[in-house]
Formats: sequence, C-alpha cells, structure tokens
Amino acid sequence: MPAVSKGDGMRGLAVFISDIRNCKSKEAEIKRINKELANIRSKFKGDKALDGYSKKKYVCKLLFIFLLGHDIDFGHMEAVNLLSSNRYTEKQIGYLFISVLVNSNSELIRLINNAIKNDLASRNPTFMGLALHCIANVGSREMAEAFAGEIPKILVAGDTMDSVKQSAALCLLRLYRTSPDLVPMGDWTSRVVHLLNDQHLGVVTAATSLITTLAQKNPEEFKTSVSLAVSRLSRIVTSASTDLQDYTYYFVPAPWLSVKLLRLLQCYPPPEDPAVRGRLTECLETILNKAQEPPKSKKVQHSNAKNAVLFEAISLIIHHDSEPNLLVRACNQLGQFLQHRETNLRYLALESMCTLASSEFSHEAVKTHIETVINALKTERDVSVRQRAVDLLYAMCDRSNAQQIVAEMLNYLETADYSIREEIVLKVAILAEKYAVDYTWYVDTILNLIRIAGDYVSEEVWYRVIQIVINRDDVQGYAAKTVFEALQAPACHENLVKVGGYILGEFGNLIAGDPRSSPLIQFNLLHSKFHLCSVPTRALLLSTYIKFVNLFPEIKTTIQDVLRSDSQLKNADVELQQRAVEYLRLSTIASTDILATVLEEMPPFPERESSILAKLKKKKGPGTVTDLEEIKKERSSDMNGSAEPASVNASAVSTPSPSADLLGLGAAPLANSAPPPSSSGSLLVDVFSDSASAVAPLAPGSDDNFARFVCKNNGVLFENQLLQIGLKSEFRQNLGRMFIFYGNKTSTQFLNFTPTVICSDDLQSSLNLQTKPVDPTVDGGAQVQQVVNIECVSDFMEAPILNIQFRYGGTFQNLSVKLPITLNKFFQPTEMSSQDFFQRWKQLSNPKQEVQNIFKAKHPMDAEITKAKIIGFGSALLEEVDPNPANFVGAGIIHTKTTQIGCLLRLEPNLQAQMYRLTLRTSKEAVSQRLCELLSEQF
Amino acid sequence: MIHFILLFSRQGKLRLQKWYTTLPDKEKKKIVREIVQIILSRNQKTSSFVDWKDLKLVYKRYASLYFCCAIEDQDNELLTLEIVHRYVELLDRYFGNVCELDIIFNFEKAYFILDEFIIGGEVQETSKRSAVKAIEDSDMLQETVEEYMNKPAF
Repeated sequence: MPAVSKGDGMRGLAVFISDIRNCKSKEAEIKRINKELANIRSKFKGDKALDGYSKKKYVCKLLFIFLLGHDIDFGHMEAVNLLSSNRYTEKQIGYLFISVLVNSNSELIRLINNAIKNDLASRNPTFMGLALHCIANVGSREMAEAFAGEIPKILVAGDTMDSVKQSAALCLLRLYRTSPDLVPMGDWTSRVVHLLNDQHLGVVTAATSLITTLAQKNPEEFKTSVSLAVSRLSRIVTSASTDLQDYTYYFVPAPWLSVKLLRLLQCYPPPEDPAVRGRLTECLETILNKAQEPPKSKKVQHSNAKNAVLFEAISLIIHHDSEPNLLVRACNQLGQFLQHRETNLRYLALESMCTLASSEFSHEAVKTHIETVINALKTERDVSVRQRAVDLLYAMCDRSNAQQIVAEMLNYLETADYSIREEIVLKVAILAEKYAVDYTWYVDTILNLIRIAGDYVSEEVWYRVIQIVINRDDVQGYAAKTVFEALQAPACHENLVKVGGYILGEFGNLIAGDPRSSPLIQFNLLHSKFHLCSVPTRALLLSTYIKFVNLFPEIKTTIQDVLRSDSQLKNADVELQQRAVEYLRLSTIASTDILATVLEEMPPFPERESSILAKLKKKKGPGTVTDLEEIKKERSSDMNGSAEPASVNASAVSTPSPSADLLGLGAAPLANSAPPPSSSGSLLVDVFSDSASAVAPLAPGSDDNFARFVCKNNGVLFENQLLQIGLKSEFRQNLGRMFIFYGNKTSTQFLNFTPTVICSDDLQSSLNLQTKPVDPTVDGGAQVQQVVNIECVSDFMEAPILNIQFRYGGTFQNLSVKLPITLNKFFQPTEMSSQDFFQRWKQLSNPKQEVQNIFKAKHPMDAEITKAKIIGFGSALLEEVDPNPANFVGAGIIHTKTTQIGCLLRLEPNLQAQMYRLTLRTSKEAVSQRLCELLSEQF
Repeated sequence: MIHFILLFSRQGKLRLQKWYTTLPDKEKKKIVREIVQIILSRNQKTSSFVDWKDLKLVYKRYASLYFCCAIEDQDNELLTLEIVHRYVELLDRYFGNVCELDIIFNFEKAYFILDEFIIGGEVQETSKRSAVKAIEDSDMLQETVEEYMNKPAF
C-alpha cells in the first residue's frame, strides 16, 4: 500500500483503492467492487451499530465506487447520519457524499436540511462553511426553498466571519441562478453592494460575482455598484504589485477581482457621473499602458494574469463603445497579439477583434489587420485558431474588402478542415450576396463554391442562387452562360447539375442564339449528366426538359424520344416515371399556347429571411460566430445602421447598392419616399447591411409585433434596451388617429431625435398621413408623444414604415418598424340575418372576389379567443348564421374616401387537424386578398 | 461561471469531476466521455481553448493529468487557466509535490480543497494563504492518525 494518504488516512479505503488499481481487467474490477458493495451492505444492515469512523470509511468507499462510474443505490442514510456527527471529518465526508450523490428522496432531504440548519446556526465558522458549500453544491429548489431567506442574513450580519461571508455570497448566487424567484430582494441588497468596499479582498471577490449576476437582472437596484466598482478597480490598478500581498498573483495585483469588477461594469452603460467616468477611463488607460511595459516575470502565469485583465478591459471598452480613442488603442493592442508567439493570445486576439469589428469607431482600424488575419488562416496549425480567423474575416468584411475576403475564404476552403467547411461555405454565400455590387461576381462565387466544396453546399445555398438569378433579370443571361460553361467539365458536382438544370430550363433561351450553346447542345450536355445523378436531380432535369420543349420547339422530338424511352417511362422510381409520363403527354397534346402558359418563366420569389443565414445560425448554435451575429443583430435593433463606418455609408449613398434593391429595401436609400420592404419580412442578412444610410431595415421581431396590432389598437410596438415605442389609436370610418409614445429607457438624453413615417409611392396615393414633428431632444427617462392623423383614400396593401433616428451617447441610432395601419382598421361592422348573409355570399361568387386560405393553427384553437379576434379585426361577428356552429362568420364594410367595400368572411376551424380554412368575399379582389392575409396571421 | 471541472489522465481515466450545474448522471457520463476524447486528440502546440456546444473548454496538462474547465462564452479564458494553476498550487502546497497518485488516494481531500477555492462555479478565495489555511485548520480538527489505526481495517 503506498503511503500517500494524508491526514486522517483511512487505511481500509487506501487498501481498497490499491486493490482496484491492481485489477488487471474490467471484469476483475467489477468483481472486486461487487465484493466490497456486498461487504458494505452487510455492515450497514448488521445488528451491530457502526461507529462513526467505520461509517465514514464505508461512505467514502461508496463515493469512490460511484466516482469510478458505478451506480450506488444505498448509503444515503448513513451519510446523512454523519452530518450530525460532532467530528469534523465525519461531517465533512457526509456532506461530500450528499453533494455528489444528490438524492431526491423527500424524507432524506428533510433530514439533510435539518442538519444544515443546525450547522448554519452553530456559529462555528467551519461547520457553517461546510453547510454553505453543501447548499451551493446541491443547489436544488428544495434547498433554495429552505435557505434562500436565511443566507442573505448571514451574508450581511455584522458578526459573520469573512470566510463565511465569502461562502454565503457564492452560495446565494448559486441559489439565485437556479431559483431566482425564491431569493427575496430586500434590505440586504443595498448592504451587499457595500461589500464592494469591504477591506477583505476575498470578501470583495466573492461578493462581486454575486452582485454582477444580481445587477444583470435588476440593474436599477444595483446601480450604485458602478461607482464603488470603479473606485475599487482604480485602487487595484494603481497599487504597487506588493501592496495587495496575498492577492497579488505573479506580480499582478488581484487579477481575479479586477476581472470580476470589469465584468460587473459591463452590466451598465458608461458611468454618467463625469468624475466616475474619468476615473474609469484612467483605469482602462493604465491597464492598456501596463500591457506595453516589460513583463515583471517570465512565467506564463504572470503574462496570463496580466493579459486576462487586459482582455477584460478591452471587453468593457467594446461594451461601452463610446471612447474612440480607447477603442483604437484596444484594436492596436490586439493587433500586436495577432502576431504573438503564444497561440492562446492569437486565438483570443482574433476572437476579441471580432466584436471590435462591429464598432463604428474601430471597424476601420480592425480592417487594417486583414493581411495578418488572412495569413493566420493560411499558417495557423490549430484548427480552433483558424476558425477564429474565419470568424474575424467574416466580421470585418464590408463592401470595400468583400472581394478580397471572399477570394481568400474560397482559397482556404480548398484545404479547410472538414469540420468547418460547411460553415465557411455558408459564410461565403452570405458575404457574396450581401456585398454583391456586381451580380456576375455573385454567380461566379457560388459556382466556385460548388466546384470547390460541392458536398458542403447545402440546399439552402443553391436554392438561394436560383432565387437571386430569377429575381434579377440583368444577371440571367450571364448565369445561363456561366453554368453552361461550368457544366462542360467532365466531372462536375451534382449540385452544379441542379443549378445548371434549373437555370438553363428557365433562361437557356438567352444563350441559345450562340451556335456553341444551341438548344440541342444544351440539352445533350445536361442529358449527359442525367444517368450519374440521384433521383431528385433527375426529376429536376425532367422538368428542365419539358421547359425546353416550350423554349425550343425545334428539339421537341428529341426530348420526346428521351421521355418515351423505357428507362424513363418504365422507371422503377414512381416520381420519375410519373414525371416522364405526364411531361410526355403534356408535350404531345398541349398547344404551344397552353405549353407557354403552363411553363411560363417562374415568377420572382418573395423576399424573406435568407435561408442561408438561418442555416448558419442553426448550425453554429449560440457559439462564437453566431454570437457575433447576435451581437450585431442586437446592435442593429438598437442602433441600426451604426455598425458600419460613416465612410462606407457615404459610398453606399452615392452608388445605391443593387443588393439593397434585391433585398427589398428600395434603391433610393436617401429619399424618405423610399418604398418600404415589399414583403412582410426583410432579409436578415440585410439587417446588418450597410446600405441604409437613411432608413434602417426593419428591426428584428417587428413583424410579430406588427401582427399583434392587426386585431388591437393599443400596446407596445417596439422595445429594446434604449427605446420603447407604445401605440394608442382610434379609427372611425375612413379616418383614424394614432398616438405614438417614444420612451427613453436610458438615463441619457437622446439627441436629434427624428421619427419619420414613410409611405411608398403606392401607399401615398391611398393613405394620407399627417404627423407633427417632435422635440429633437428626449431626456433620460422621459416620454414624448407624436400624433399621426390618418385618412384612408382607397384600399391599400402595404404598411407605412416608422423610421427613428437619434444620437445616444456617441452613437447614431437608426431603426425602423412597420406601423400597424392596416386596411381592416377602416372596417365598420354590419349585422345581418342568416338569409341576408347567404344571399350576399352568393352574389360575391365570382372567383376573383373570393380568396381562400387554409393554414395551420399557430395558437391554441379557442373559440372565445377566435371570436374576440374577429371582433377586434373590425367586422361584426354573426352568431347563428353558419349552419355549422363551430364555424365563424363575419360581415363589415371597409370605408375609404373613394368607395365602400362590403366584406364577408367565414372561418372554419378543424380541431382534429389543427387547421383553419378562411374565406373572404368582397367586391374587390385586392381587398379580399389583403384582408385574408392579415386575418390568417392571427390564429 | 464554470460549469464543471474535470481531471483526467493521459489514458483518459477520470480522476476528479466537479459539476456546478445540475445534470442527470447519464448526461454527465456522456459529457465526460466526449470531452476526454476531444482534449486527448488535440495536438501539443494548439491553443488551450476549444469551443464545445455553447460553452468553451479551457484545459491544461500538468505532468500526467489534464485539468479541464468548461466556462461560458463571456468568461475570461486566460484567467481560467490561472484558476487551474492556482488549484494545482493549492494541491501542491497541501500534499507537497502533488502527483496523480495523491489525488487518486486522497480524492476526498482534492474535493475539499476545490471547495475552499471555488463555490458554485465562481472563485471564492484567491489568496493561497487563506485557502491553505482553511484546509489546514480543518485538518487540525481531525483526530490523530493513531486513533484511527486502532480501528479495524474492514
């Protein structure tokens, strides 16, 4: 037996551990363990009462067995017995067992809680410490219920020992994290804040963690912690390395406490008090200065601790995002680290720079490091570091360097680790779309992606390129020519065949004039790939062939021959067979006119969130890049458009980007008459694009909020960390009035506060809106009101956009939300009898007057709620009209200045299928359409 | 906060596990297997940080033992490395030239020392002197070895 046990060595335990270590096989180990378990069981069950030492030893053995990975289903009661022992080591082992093998047996929990209660009341600091550790280790709800009220008292009591205070603070933190509802806020909170002033640095260290978490949830209550934290931090960073004695770690004064204080400060905006703010700036400058000083030790611990504080300080600088000087210095510091010989520092510098890239002050400074980052991509040996480099390139990309970055990423893709290829593909696809000035470049890039990493190009990517080509007629010819050329390669990826098949099927005619790509050559080229492809691709190609029959009548017979062949008509795959049969038949019996109608060019796709971006987010989860995306997204929701430097904005103004157009933002970002997004959703990529110099893209979530207002008139339209927008509105006949309330949630003034209501040209002719300007200054905590007078001239589809721009701190904020002025607001309900209703219903039976939508229920199907929504929608709810009592019917008149439009609606729920069928009949097709859209979103 | 700390040997044997979040045992075992495999397959010259799900693994090897902490995204990676180092120092101070065997045979002590240093995934006491003193104080409360030796072994 090795003589390694120390202190109170339990000989039996050491022997047992040696035995286990000497076991030659897993089987032998299990045998030895089973023997031991049987032994312990018999001891526990034996008649003879066990003494404390034996109990402790056996409990400890059980613990060891459990930690080896075996299940333990007894011994809890003996462990609980140990808790009430007066011997420290017995108590300690009892607590350890309970902490590791948490048991939900309620009787046991009662006993455990009892023992803890006794120890907490013992006033013996060592016992109290054990009890607190146990509560923190278990952290269950039951523990919180029993002790969440008691621990704050221990924490702030004047006579509590420092070490107990430390344990109590962190124990309370654990309980707050698991069961925040059970931790009562109260008098103690203000006293906890003052622990930041405690003279014992250990107490401050523990308390700071607690305060940080509490402050995140209750920023107002813990506001005073800011100035206390700043002065504490200031005392630390200016102290000589020996001042703090034991809290100096390898010549770095209190690194843990410093980092925790810097974290606490990241819960708040920059301090308002100029003195505090100045002191903090001084601290941050000192930390940055120290980074330039020669190291006081060659030990890695010294540099790690020093740089840990430095990185945390940089995080705070980035969080405040208000001191250009500090931001640029931070960026330069990180730039130095990018070339450091320590891999860890390079990794962290790349990561930290990613967040810096999104600050308007430092974006340009970050961009100067592009060559180093590209070099890292090529030379780093660690895949996690290369991953960070990819993330950073993605973050620093803007219109000025997109071509270079995309080219480098494509380059890297050829040799990239398989684990990150798909992500790079997605990123390249997003950047190429977002910054495409020239769509031929975009098409080339995506085809390159398919060529280099075809296996990693997900459906979303090639769907997207097709959507874009279809929506942009200036690139269609080029796309057709390019895919035609790419398909010439002897071996090309199946994804290329898909893209090629689709694009040639739609736009092959654009290159058919060239004898080198005549219809027959196009067809033969595609058909030469046919047999190598999977079933879905072959199905796609068959559709291409039938489109060719329409586009190129001259090769109709060739195609019919192919369709007629046994390998098609008798294909074992039912989908392929069906297509072959149907397409052959269609090509034989349909006249050219009918063919032309059936096989008409695809209509443009409605714009929506880029599926690629959604995929990237899904793939990465809340990890690194996505985190950045989230940050950017967050930023764009509260400071839309400010994420890009002004110079870039300027260039975007002079050359309106085609991408903005594509993404539905309108090509005239300058004018207030810019048409609002043509669809209900704005492309997410676009949310952080730099195209908006005037009108920010819609804030995320704006659509949801918009939909909530269709059936109601009052509520909160938008809210972020800075601003809340509330609405109150009333409508009568074709007139309405809306009160918009802008609440400044911060304590800082908003300057140049300019809300603008924007209607597209179309909308302007049907909706008259008059707004009064509001005071350009909104004080912290204040609310201003704006009135919008509304007149509905004729029926309309889109919604006006409310754009808000202002300056907050040093940053320019720009955000847009849809203003919920919808056609149904001008409804007047009409009551009518069953007979009247059905008579009118029949009168409106022209197919153009009826619009129907069948959709899945998004909310629980509750009849009462449905009724309320239909009434809220504005029509009358007609009871006992529909023969089926489960159905809902409504009637009303839409009032516009020029005309009145009678509307009937019928909603048929199918509880079993969780579906609805909604039918709208009005005298005007567009009105039926719009009302149906609006109402469908409500259930 | 730290979500968990794992100590394992180069052979992949788990020597100590400390969880600061509540998870079912099955889940814990799965996580341990996965993480040990990830860390052991990393090359020598790589960084000490690995993204893992929505957490970040920070690890360092001391002789035959790997120390690995799982932290949250906003936690400080470098300082986590020093948390590991400080823990090793505390073990070293207590055992005197600590080695893997000390931790195997005195696993309960390794837990007690960790509890003095970290509670609920947050650093409680960074002063080596205070932490060691707390542990030594508790040893003072123990009975003498002789007292135990008189007790039967099994």
